[in-house]
Formats: sequence, C-alpha cells, structure tokens
Amino acid sequence: MRIPGKGLVFPLAVLLLWELAARSGYFTSTSLSYPSAILFAGWGLLVDGAMWKATRETFGAALGGMAIGAFFGMIVGIAFGLSRLLASLMRLSTESLRPVPSVALIPLALLIYGYGYRMEIVVVAFACFWPVMIVTEGAVRGIEPRLMEVARALKFPLVARVTKIILPAALPRVFVGLRLAASISLVVAVTVEITTNPIGLGYGLIVAQEGDRADRVFAFLIWIGFLGWLLNALLLRAQRRWFGKFGNWSEAAR
Amino acid sequence: MTLRGPMLWGGSVIVLLLLIGLWQLGSNAGVIPQAFFPGPDRTFETLSDQFWSEEFWLAFSETIRRMFFGFVLASVLGVALGAALGSSPTLREYLEPTLELIRPLPASAVIPVFVLMLGLNERMVLAVIAFGSIWPALLGTVHGFKTVEPRLYEVSRILRLSRLEMIWKIALPNSLPDIFSGLRLALTVSLILAVVTEMLSGAEGLGHNIILAARSFRSADLFAGIVVLGAIGYVTNAVLERVERHVLRWRNS
Repeated sequence: MRIPGKGLVFPLAVLLLWELAARSGYFTSTSLSYPSAILFAGWGLLVDGAMWKATRETFGAALGGMAIGAFFGMIVGIAFGLSRLLASLMRLSTESLRPVPSVALIPLALLIYGYGYRMEIVVVAFACFWPVMIVTEGAVRGIEPRLMEVARALKFPLVARVTKIILPAALPRVFVGLRLAASISLVVAVTVEITTNPIGLGYGLIVAQEGDRADRVFAFLIWIGFLGWLLNALLLRAQRRWFGKFGNWSEAAR
Repeated sequence: MTLRGPMLWGGSVIVLLLLIGLWQLGSNAGVIPQAFFPGPDRTFETLSDQFWSEEFWLAFSETIRRMFFGFVLASVLGVALGAALGSSPTLREYLEPTLELIRPLPASAVIPVFVLMLGLNERMVLAVIAFGSIWPALLGTVHGFKTVEPRLYEVSRILRLSRLEMIWKIALPNSLPDIFSGLRLALTVSLILAVVTEMLSGAEGLGHNIILAARSFRSADLFAGIVVLGAIGYVTNAVLERVERHVLRWRNS
C-alpha cells in the first residue's frame, strides 16, 4: 500500500484543529476529549495490560467462531459445489436462514449459553458461515473439469478427491472468502461485546462510555480500527504471496 | 441431471417443509430443548398472536422507520460524497488513505462515541445507522466512478460538458451497478445497526423486544422476533433488487 504525503494532510489537519479547539476551550462538554489526551489514555491502557487482555478475549472469540463457521461453510460449500441437485434442493432452506441478521441471534445465544465465550463464538460462527459457504460453492463449481475427470479416472474415493483435488484447486478463491470471514468475525465479536457480553474490546468501550471517559472510548475505538486494518492488510499480503503468482487457477479455468 | 426448473423448486419446498417437520418432531420428543427452541407450532402461534397485537406493529414500524431513514440518509450522502470523490483525482489523493483507515472499523464500535456526543436518544440512533451505512454506499460509488470507461470521459470533454453534467449524464449512470451493490450492503448494515442500537438504548423496537424476551426466558417470543427480522432482511433486499432491475433495465436492451 502506498502512503503518499498528500494522504496525511487531511487526518493531520483534523487532529491539529481538534487539539487546538479543545485547548482553547471551544468545547464546553467533556464529550469529545482531544487527541493528546486520547494518546495518553491509550498508552495507559496498553501499559497496564487492560488493552491486551481485552484484545486477547476479542480475538479468541472471533477466531474460534471463525474457525467453526469456516469449517462448516467449507463442508457445505463443497457439497453444494459438487452436486447441483443437492444445492438446488437445499436452496430455499439456506435462503430462508441467510437473511437473518447475525445480531438477531445474540439474544438466542445469550439464552442458551449465558455470558461468556461460547455465546459469542456461536454468533460469530453463524456470521462467518455464509460468505465461506457461498465462495466455496462457486470455487468448487469453477474447478477445471479435466481435474475432476482425472480424479474419476484414478478412482479416488470421496475423501481423497476432496483433499487432493478439490481443496487445492479451490483454495485461492476460498481464501478470499476466509479473508472476508476474518474481518466479519472481528466486527461481529465487537458487536456482541457491545450489546451483551461483558468481555473484550467491545465491553471496554461500553465501560469507558458509561464512566464518561471519552479519552478511553476513542483510545479503544482507534485500537479496534487499527487491529481491523492490520488483520486485513496481513491477510491481503498472505493472499498475494501464496496465490498471487499462481494466478487464479479456478478463475482461469473458465 | 433429470430434474429441472419447477420440479427442483418444488423439491426445495419439500425439503424446507421436511426440515420444519423434523424440528417439530425433535421438539415434541424432547430431543430439542423447548426452553431454548420452542418448536415451529409455538413459534407460528406466537407469530399469529403478534399479528393482531398493536404493540408488535408499533415495535415493527419503529424498527423499519429507523432503518429506512438511516439508510436513505446514508445513501444520499454516500452517493453524493462518492460522486465528488470519484470525479476528482485531487480530492481522492487527499482523502482516500483516510477512508481506507475508517473502512474496516466495526460500525457498532462508534456507538459509544455517538452516545457520548448526542446522548441515548433517537438522534443518536439515526446518526449511528447513517454513519455506519454510509461507507458501503460511498465506496461503491467511488469504485464505480473509477471504473467508468475512460473514453466516455474523453467524449464528455469533447462535448464540453460541465462537471455536473458529466457526473449526471455519464459517470453516474455508468456506475449504477457498483452503486447498487454498495447500497445492498448499506441496507444490511442499516438493519443490523437498527437492531443493535435498540438493544443498547432500550428504544422501542424489535431489537429491544428480542433482548427482553431472552432475558425473561420467553423463547417463543424470541423466535418469532428472529423470524420477523429475517423476513425484514429478505423483503427489503428483494425490494432493492427490484428497484435495481427497474433502474438498470436499459442496460440489457
């Protein structure tokens, strides 16, 4: 990613104006804090370990949920991708579950599991299931037909067909779905924590807000934004590095 | 393949009915705990009860109203800002890196900031929904403007169109598919944020209803609420797709 000097002008100007306006007493309320105070608050939270603990909790739930959701998403996606008949028979059932907003499941997960990791993981898993399933289905359907013929000629059993032919061939596209799921998992985990679950970064935000600590609210918010950006940047790099030079097999097969 | 079109559709209806039947059987036999999963019979009973209750329709209309106004506000602002950014490379150079940083921010994470600035009220709810849904609309528009066939821009220069004319007559119509895919995402985000803000602020609405139902262990009410929210997600998306097909009908002919 290129970071041109011009791109820095706008955010720096905003920060400077914000700081000056706060210092000159233009804001009468404490509701907005100001950049240097936010920096101090963020530093304090990092030093005393509160931010790290919250980060571990959020990431634990997000990754756990994503792993489960992606696992089932890939299985269902492969099954649907291999059999058009199965996919069209299940179409109405999946399409009637898909529009349910993941946040609507928060109360149900709360009812079943109470507070804690499990309820958060379930909601994240539901949210991550859909993009992985849809992308996998498309990727498997897009596999070069001759590869499948080879598998048939070699009389591969189903498991070998999946692990030796289908997964490697579909992986570049499936990875795009996984990347999408990773950023969704972080968003959903934070949302669950904000609405109900008393752990992690989202809860840290709520506690800071209820204590009228605007500096901490902004510190958490900026940290969450940074983590989301970092996660996406790393996965994008991994994708380019692992699959970039191969080109996209499944795509090229069309 | 031997089955096709209508037969497959019929088949998928039968599969759905079978699954609902299994859910009912499991619930009757006690395999699926009734305390959490009330079974289709009780869920549909609650749904039909709600159909006649004024309270339900009040909550329903409140949620829809928030979602709708937040979405419209976000679409208008998002497309306008996106058009400004998309048609000016200079503006893009200054603002795009900042947008890239804001984009991955979870929309619900800005709620505490808005609560501190505006308080726990209706204005805050609308501001959060609009702020969260504006990004997909804006980024979709920018992307659409960037990928317009460059020769069309040349044509507009030769025709000496003013910038506004160029946007209105050339860039905007050609970016519509990207704009609509941004709007579809914005629509989903607006429903999610309406539900989340209702859960948090206690404002009347379906989000508030389902969290109350969970806290007082009324699983049938909770399930009915989830079904209604799923239906809202489905119908609003279908309406937007209809609008898209209507607006873009000139493209295929």
